Amino acid sequence: MTGELGQLALCFALALSLVMAAAGFFGARADAHAARSIANGAAMGLLVFVVLAFATLTYAFVVSDFSIALVANHSHTLKPMIYKISGVWGNHEGSMLLWVLVLAIYAGLVAGLQRGGERLTSGALGIQGLLAAAFILFILFTSNPFVRLDPMPFEGAGLTPLLQDIGLAVHPPMLYAGYVGLSASFAYAAAALMVGEEGWARAARPFMLIAWISLTCGIALGSWWAYYELGWGGFWFWDPVENASLMPWLIATALLHSALATEKSGAFRTWTLLLAIAGFSMSLIGTFLVRSGVLSSVHAFASDPTRGFFIMILIALAIGGALALFAWRAPTLQGGAAFDPVSRETSLVLNNVFLVAACACVFVGTLYPLVLDALTGTKITVGPPYYALTFAPIFFALLLLVPFGPKLGWKRGDLKTAWRSLYPALGLAGIAAVSVLAFVSPRGVAATGAFAVAGWLIGASILDLRKRKGARASAFAAALAHAGLGVTLLGVTGTAAWRSEALQVLAPGQTMTVGPYTLRFDGVTQEKGPNYLADRAHIALMDGGKVKAMLEPETRLYAAEGQAVSDTAIRTTGLRDLYLALGDDRGQGRYAIRAYVSPLAPLIWLGALVMALGGMLSLGGRLRLRAREPASEPVAAE
Amino acid sequence: MKRSVFLFLVVMAAATVSVSAQTTPPASAVGDTFSDPVMETRARAMQRQLRCLVCQGESIDESNSPLAADLRRLVREQMAAGKTNSEIEDFLVARYGDFILMKPPLQSNTWLLWLAPFLVLGAGGAVAWITVKKASARVA
Repeated sequence: MTGELGQLALCFALALSLVMAAAGFFGARADAHAARSIANGAAMGLLVFVVLAFATLTYAFVVSDFSIALVANHSHTLKPMIYKISGVWGNHEGSMLLWVLVLAIYAGLVAGLQRGGERLTSGALGIQGLLAAAFILFILFTSNPFVRLDPMPFEGAGLTPLLQDIGLAVHPPMLYAGYVGLSASFAYAAAALMVGEEGWARAARPFMLIAWISLTCGIALGSWWAYYELGWGGFWFWDPVENASLMPWLIATALLHSALATEKSGAFRTWTLLLAIAGFSMSLIGTFLVRSGVLSSVHAFASDPTRGFFIMILIALAIGGALALFAWRAPTLQGGAAFDPVSRETSLVLNNVFLVAACACVFVGTLYPLVLDALTGTKITVGPPYYALTFAPIFFALLLLVPFGPKLGWKRGDLKTAWRSLYPALGLAGIAAVSVLAFVSPRGVAATGAFAVAGWLIGASILDLRKRKGARASAFAAALAHAGLGVTLLGVTGTAAWRSEALQVLAPGQTMTVGPYTLRFDGVTQEKGPNYLADRAHIALMDGGKVKAMLEPETRLYAAEGQAVSDTAIRTTGLRDLYLALGDDRGQGRYAIRAYVSPLAPLIWLGALVMALGGMLSLGGRLRLRAREPASEPVAAE
Repeated sequence: MKRSVFLFLVVMAAATVSVSAQTTPPASAVGDTFSDPVMETRARAMQRQLRCLVCQGESIDESNSPLAADLRRLVREQMAAGKTNSEIEDFLVARYGDFILMKPPLQSNTWLLWLAPFLVLGAGGAVAWITVKKASARVA
């Protein structure tokens, strides 16, 4: 029964999304009050029915209803409850339903908050209705999660063990909140092109911020998961799936900065609109890359060509439609603002140039091999060395310029004053560089430079945080976000330049050293988890003759899925990780042990957290501002 | 105050790093390591530049697959036989194609790949120049 209920709810949701699209577009006209009410109501109805469909599927996973094919193929009665629930989106069909759920939540927020005037909101709802309809159609026709299985099996096939992890349980919803969050800015931008663009950047800003915060957290979570789960001590592999999330983040970052200028001084009107379109386009392309299976191999794509084809058409329509609207309407927008070559505006232009170039780099690096293969049949690999030579210098140049932005005034800034006020940050950069040269080996040029830039960023942020006591939340927010960049840079540099590793085969009682640590292998025991059997190594961290701590990396064998997964053990001081992974059984109680010491690794994710906090502070400031002066919200131009 | 706290952190960070970075990393593959640290470092660097052909974007240095182990052995055998890095690379490319190189070579079918980011940067710079010029003309 539940399956049919979910299916029915999804059909209602489809109908409502179509109503919402039609009423929304009609309501964007000046005197169509009734249509606007209908669009608002439809948005709420859409949310209710999509929640119902999603809840139905979740219920089926929770009670292990194996009469539904998706549950039978991706769940198991013995799984812990949290992984039964996360199993809902641990597969293609369910994750597409999650996508639509997030889309419906954003539509509900747009309808509920009514930011930026009735006509603008109505137009945005129209766009969101179209998007929802397209994706619900995609689910119903190519990826239906409610398909029945007859006869019903006694037991499910289980969930890929790699996904049975708390990091990956939270990662997809977080990332989707970011991906799909950009749909709200996209909808506002398209609506602004339809009804006249006044005030849209301000109306859409909370959604941009929510999307950016979610993307930042989602990417950080994904990289953290790769770090502790994959067992190689790496945190970023320039894997196409990772790149698919990095591209929207880069554009969203550019959008946040450009929209600020549009809002504050009316500069870059058309450019900000284009960025809002580009941001969501990157989300769509990312979804296509990950969901069509084109990445893992050409064969996976061919095994179900309808899905890839459908998404490709959908993306082409969404992006093409938005760009056509842009090309048609953007020339009618009034001309740009006036500002000096030395000003906040110019710094934001440069920010955008570098961020877009960085995004182009990831875009080309990800798609070039696919296109080359499709056109000529030649296979090439675009690995980390490519990004080290292209992305790294571009991003490095951007980071060098970051501290100047907040120091320059709108319209007209003073470079000399800005430069002088940054002297302490320059001092900190020098100290950071000298510390590397004095204390650390090996002392590479890149590591020294990176530490200097990190010091420069963090120093400048501290100056901003100190000087602007009593200033607006937005200044603090920017300073925090920029400081987070510096903190992450410290972590990345520490791990990349100074990681030590050791791999040894040990018999019980033998010791090994890695970096400053001495480790004693005390043998392996068999342990029984809820749905796996584990070989658990007992490794003592020695301090002189005494045991300081026990670390217990495992290899887990999931019987239902027939797969083995390593579970690392990490001991962190906050500034340095000791990281252990259990390798092969070499017979007679001997095991291969992999050990890494990653200096500063925790800072990678701490930095991301600081960035996200900056975003939240900005969001909080926005919402408080709105609560204080609700009447000051600009009304869309009639 | 805040500055001094940060200063302390930076020095601490550097000190942490200095303690932990003193050992040279041994090989990923147990059993077939070079006893000569120079050769070992060279082998590890080489391994990181070669793709494990059956994995998802992993280098042969960090893959558990049997093919990666075979390739590691191959690289080390050729190094032991006195071949240079580029000779070994040429041999592998002749056998497996450019696909095996983590860093795509600069050639007729990849120049666009290498230049594209900088073309975008250049174009962006030009647009920025024009934008700023126009905007400052409006001030005057």
